[in-house]
Amino acid sequence: MTKERTQVADVDRSLYDFTKSEEGYERYADGLTPDIVRAISAKKDEPQWMLDLRLKALDEYHRRPMATNWGPSIAGLDLDHISTYVSPKTKQASSWDDVPADIKDTFERLGIPEAERESLAGVGAQYDSEIVYHNMREEVAKQGVVYTTIEDALHDPKWEPVVHEYFGTLIPMTDHKFAALHYAVWSGGSFVYVPAGVSLDYPLQSYFRLNAQGAGQFEHTLIIVEPGANLHFIEGCSAPKYYEANLHAGAVELFVKDGARLRYSTIENWSKNMYNLNTKRATVGADAKMEWVSGSFGSHVSYLYPTTILAGDRSSCEFTGITFSGATQDLDTGCKVILNGRDTTASVSTKSISKDGGINTFRSSVVVGRHADNARCTVSCQSLMLDNISRSDTIPAMDVRNPTASVGHEATIGRISDDTILYLMSRGCSEQEARTLVVNGFANPVSKELPMEYAVEMNNLIKLEMEGAIG
Amino acid sequence: MADTLLDVSGISAGTEDKPILHDVNLKVGAGETHVLMGPNGAGKSTLGHVIMGDPTYKVTSGTITFDGQDITELSPDKRSLAGVFLSYQAPVEVPGVPLYSFLRSISQMRPELKCTAREFRRRVGAIADELNLDQSFLMRELNVGFSGGEKKKIEMLQLLLLQPKLAILDETDSGLDVDALATVSHGIQRYRETVGGALIMITHNTRILERLTVDRTHVMVKGHLVAEGPASLIDDIDKNGFERFESQAAGEGDAR
Repeated sequence: MTKERTQVADVDRSLYDFTKSEEGYERYADGLTPDIVRAISAKKDEPQWMLDLRLKALDEYHRRPMATNWGPSIAGLDLDHISTYVSPKTKQASSWDDVPADIKDTFERLGIPEAERESLAGVGAQYDSEIVYHNMREEVAKQGVVYTTIEDALHDPKWEPVVHEYFGTLIPMTDHKFAALHYAVWSGGSFVYVPAGVSLDYPLQSYFRLNAQGAGQFEHTLIIVEPGANLHFIEGCSAPKYYEANLHAGAVELFVKDGARLRYSTIENWSKNMYNLNTKRATVGADAKMEWVSGSFGSHVSYLYPTTILAGDRSSCEFTGITFSGATQDLDTGCKVILNGRDTTASVSTKSISKDGGINTFRSSVVVGRHADNARCTVSCQSLMLDNISRSDTIPAMDVRNPTASVGHEATIGRISDDTILYLMSRGCSEQEARTLVVNGFANPVSKELPMEYAVEMNNLIKLEMEGAIG
Repeated sequence: MADTLLDVSGISAGTEDKPILHDVNLKVGAGETHVLMGPNGAGKSTLGHVIMGDPTYKVTSGTITFDGQDITELSPDKRSLAGVFLSYQAPVEVPGVPLYSFLRSISQMRPELKCTAREFRRRVGAIADELNLDQSFLMRELNVGFSGGEKKKIEMLQLLLLQPKLAILDETDSGLDVDALATVSHGIQRYRETVGGALIMITHNTRILERLTVDRTHVMVKGHLVAEGPASLIDDIDKNGFERFESQAAGEGDAR
């Protein structure tokens, strides 16, 4: 009887790994100068305040040193050679027929138009730096829901003041160096406004595709869910593999007003040359609820800690996340919760899987403010390591300033037991099927939270990651 | 004797640092019921696991032939698909894997059991009824949070669903209350009646054997098969214990 263990070959990423020519695209010079920032702003014909904000952010970016004392190394990221703006030669379309054939083909292969027809209330599709497609069902628009790009909102006299009021207030440009970079060169993303009391039956989805080599994607997502409203927003991301580093430094600002509910789901599958330095933050009003579902599969290096500020009394949040780290991946993920309101509750449940030398670090920060009487927070983190060369760390931090608060943390790190593999194999599963079954089961609490087709995509991603030759 | 289904020939096996089984010879004919008895730590479970192909144990000599095929080097999944089934003393819990879809996938792996989703639902439903198993169990995660008795019922459910040619039941009856014991016992009977497969019962409890027609009884002590006889040997052991076999095997080396 052979005792050899699964050998896993390079993952077949052909589903995501195709590139399209950049010929004829508008690509700005590499590096970061005021001229480039002015050029991006001029191209977008922005209000003066936005240009001023960009230039201030650029100063902020240059002023700040690169943090080198924590987290995965980003030494491979040479910002002087990352192109911050690459625009496909096309105008934004509201019909897929008006999207250039090669770009349309890309999104079709990713299944976006099909999902739109079947189960979405609206779709935005970003290709490199610009949104190439945006559309929303008419009945949703009739309810007063706005789903557009920030650029378009800035050109609408009704929405420009709203963007001005909210943009950059939840994630300040001084947050960290890459937040500053984001504000200097942001492009694309989504603006969503759900009026008070409106509840969307279907999710909205934005898909971000970075095709250009050695480029950055800096989309900004701004979502305002007014009192009593209800929205599910889905974000998907992928990129083909290049040998040069790519950078993703997006920002997501979510405003969930009193009594509202927002669910924000992400399936991120960037290619393994991507530095994913993304910032996401939500502020939640009284009796409101924020739900995060986050699947991180791709990228070479990730720093990702979606933050929830439970500002209103009785507000709550749930964070459900999974991170899968394979060969060459160093993923530092987790979340932050700040409980400021009274009787607030937060529940964090994360899973991580590491394999083939992949590194997973789970970092959580729970802060309970002085006035947060009876705040409740539980953090649970489960890690699964599939071999002896992978690594998994858990770094929880808690800062509790109210004596009536209750905060709990539990973490487990484990491997797949030989007994489990034997059990499943003795019922007919091959060793690889047995391992995939266990890993999918481990991920099940997360995939259960996803809409059906995304749960299927996630299971497929796990299957792809687990596939390989048995030694 | 019927056609030989399982032929364990001169098998010695153990873990990396400890020999457990010594020159074990065991023949089971198609459709026969054999009982394997012996004191605790004799190596009975190890023999069951070695027949299933558990990589924890290394076979140092001998061959295992099943249904005319040398399976000594085959992995457990290949043995399973060939028709070997082992019911575990302590079935593992597999979180997040729904029992029903697990049953569906292990059933679909076998060309002879392939069927439509509707037919499968009917088949599983009928077996669950047979085992007094509430259908709600099928929607739960595989063995997660199940009691000892429920886990054994799930083993019987898989046995009746997969219809193996040979079932090794490793103390399936241990630790069960009277009702669960009756159900499991009924499951074994159904297997004998409907599938007609061979059985190797590893047990301490002779009660579960009362309703079965036992063809052969084997006694294992310290990794050796020291005695083989007809069903009446069970009564003998019931009265007199293993003492005479143990003294017979004394000095033959320690085993588990």
